[in-house]
Amino acid sequence: MSFEPKIVGFMCNWCAYRGADLAGTSRMKCAPNVRTVRVMCSGRVDPQLVVKALQLGADGVLILGCHPGDCHYAEGNYKAARRIALLKKMLAQFGIEDERVRLDWVSASEGDRFKKIVNEITEQVRVLGPLSRNGAD
Amino acid sequence: MSEIPIEIDGREVKAEEGMTILEAAKSVGIDIPTLCYHPALSPFGACRLCSVEIISRGRSRIVTSCNYPVEDGLIVNTKSPDVITIRRMLTELMLARCPNVKVIQDLAREYGVEKPRFKLADEKCILCGLCARICEERIGVSAINFVGRGVDRKVETPFQVTLDIDLDMCLACGACAFVCPTGAIKLEDITKKKPIPILSEFDMGLKARAPVYIPFPQAVPNVPVIDREKCAHFTTDKCKICEEFCTPKAINFEQEDETIEVEVGSIILATGYDTFDPSVITQYGYGKFDNVITGLQFERLCNATGPTGGNIRLKDGSVPKSMALVHCVGSRDKNYHEYCSRVCCMYALKHSHLIKEKTSAEVHQIFTDIRCFGKDYEDFYQRLVHEEINFVRGKVQHITSTNGKEGTQERLIISVEDPDNGKATQVVADMVVLCTAIETQQDAGKVAQTFSISQKADGFFLERHPKLDPVATMTDGVYVVGCCQGPKDIPDTVSQASAAAAQVLALITKGKVELEAGTAVIDEALCSGCQTCNTLCPYTAITFDEEKKVSNINEALCKGCGVCVAACPSGAISGRHFTTEQLVAELEGMLA
Repeated sequence: MSFEPKIVGFMCNWCAYRGADLAGTSRMKCAPNVRTVRVMCSGRVDPQLVVKALQLGADGVLILGCHPGDCHYAEGNYKAARRIALLKKMLAQFGIEDERVRLDWVSASEGDRFKKIVNEITEQVRVLGPLSRNGAD
Repeated sequence: MSEIPIEIDGREVKAEEGMTILEAAKSVGIDIPTLCYHPALSPFGACRLCSVEIISRGRSRIVTSCNYPVEDGLIVNTKSPDVITIRRMLTELMLARCPNVKVIQDLAREYGVEKPRFKLADEKCILCGLCARICEERIGVSAINFVGRGVDRKVETPFQVTLDIDLDMCLACGACAFVCPTGAIKLEDITKKKPIPILSEFDMGLKARAPVYIPFPQAVPNVPVIDREKCAHFTTDKCKICEEFCTPKAINFEQEDETIEVEVGSIILATGYDTFDPSVITQYGYGKFDNVITGLQFERLCNATGPTGGNIRLKDGSVPKSMALVHCVGSRDKNYHEYCSRVCCMYALKHSHLIKEKTSAEVHQIFTDIRCFGKDYEDFYQRLVHEEINFVRGKVQHITSTNGKEGTQERLIISVEDPDNGKATQVVADMVVLCTAIETQQDAGKVAQTFSISQKADGFFLERHPKLDPVATMTDGVYVVGCCQGPKDIPDTVSQASAAAAQVLALITKGKVELEAGTAVIDEALCSGCQTCNTLCPYTAITFDEEKKVSNINEALCKGCGVCVAACPSGAISGRHFTTEQLVAELEGMLA
């Protein structure tokens, strides 16, 4: 059987979650690999949660927020951008490939963009293969 | 101001100090004929037509009433035999100079002058000087004035050369031609400049308007406004003629735009729409051919208060024999807007109906799909089908003109491609109405940012939910109605507006606002007092308690974004409903 990556998607309540909803109501075909965790803002995504997800068995983590300037809470997405940038430096030191964690922006009207991002990360992680956790799996 | 009692034609008149006899007479409705007088200009006494007989200190004299100031006890006779004789003589002289000028002919008839006894000339100018005075006193330019003396006196441009040497001071405002009582002044004799008409915004540029104008017939408040950019006063610092004529003294040049700040609890955005500029589709010839117009322009053209009084006319004034209405201009088109503009089918049908009612022209509807989705709209469509309207299915490729063939009326040839079989047909019409797409206002992005609401990819404001919450937005207390939310017709806009009003009223009646329940809380026992969270909060909900050395969250201000939760190094802050434990449990569940 081919490898089906498990990807955790943290989505902000106002843009990305609505964009995902739109993709769904528009009957767009998305890879089923992204499992959604709704948060109020991408700024709520504690880097520890990302690490936790990877630790618990996720092969990739997707964080989606509002476009810069469109954050429902004014600037939460900027904070997410800084945190994830730092986190990625750390993950690289752990030998975790850059493509496994992705932060991107999807507005509530961008169902097709949501679909595109989800399909992209799924394919990228599929190519990378399962995340090795030093004999954990 | 002191009152000065005088007597005019046996009537007691109370004049004000500084008034002239003419003004005093006018104020009580006594008519004195004038030619060179204008209430907004200084009196000149050139035509002498306003001559009256006065008795001052027992002596009788003839004076010009336009520049003779009133004085105490003055007795004025405006119609004494001497005055009439003088006016008849003046009229006779003027008639000899200008036998073909209508005002003079009318005067001559009034004073019983049939044929002047003097040698006839064929002048138009009566040297009243109104043109020179208005140019100098009110426009502040002095582009024309009198030159020469005696019989050589005439109105001219300085040294009669400015026309040739390009030292033209004239603004081409046309005030001189406007005040000229005889039609002697022609703008083209004074300047090579062409007056640029100010096109009426309301009449979609089909008609010119004045710099002082009432924006449209149902304007609220229904009062005139001054166009600062075009008004002569604001460009030359002179004029102010309107101030002179406004009896209630309502004109105020000092008025400035004001920004008024109001505190409100809810906001309804109804910022409306723009229409697609069809000149972008160059092959449709909008802006190139006079008789290719937009739907809104046609709306003005067939409106009773429009530029033609509701008569459907071509640019040259003739009645069209054939009309074509082109649907989906800029809408349902991959190159411009992909969405359907929704209102065009119905107004195109309405226009066809009006054309049929007002003219005998044949009507062609060039459409890709007819969408009569609303209540009773299908009935209207069926009715039109029976009104001998030619429905042509297809997309317009290009519009060309037959112009050039001399003596023949210009016609427009519309080339239509059938989307089913790619075959091209031609429709010939005198006028083409382009049903242009509704699009968002130019500054919709700015408005969206101001109210932190989202726009769809096509620019229209995004509602909270397309079906379940179609007037609210993601920002609490901000509602969207009308075409700023998406193209829609009047019934839909009215329903949406009523819904928004009801939602706002519901908020007001409740008197309180429900707060976000998912706020963040600080566990004081865990807080280390590092104050990392204090600067993060965009709502300044977090403050530092100096006494306890811990941070506090004001729950009324907290919106529950959770930025602080993610940032707290000691894990003292948790976000209700989104606690770390809850999220980890979620992760465990989904990754199990």
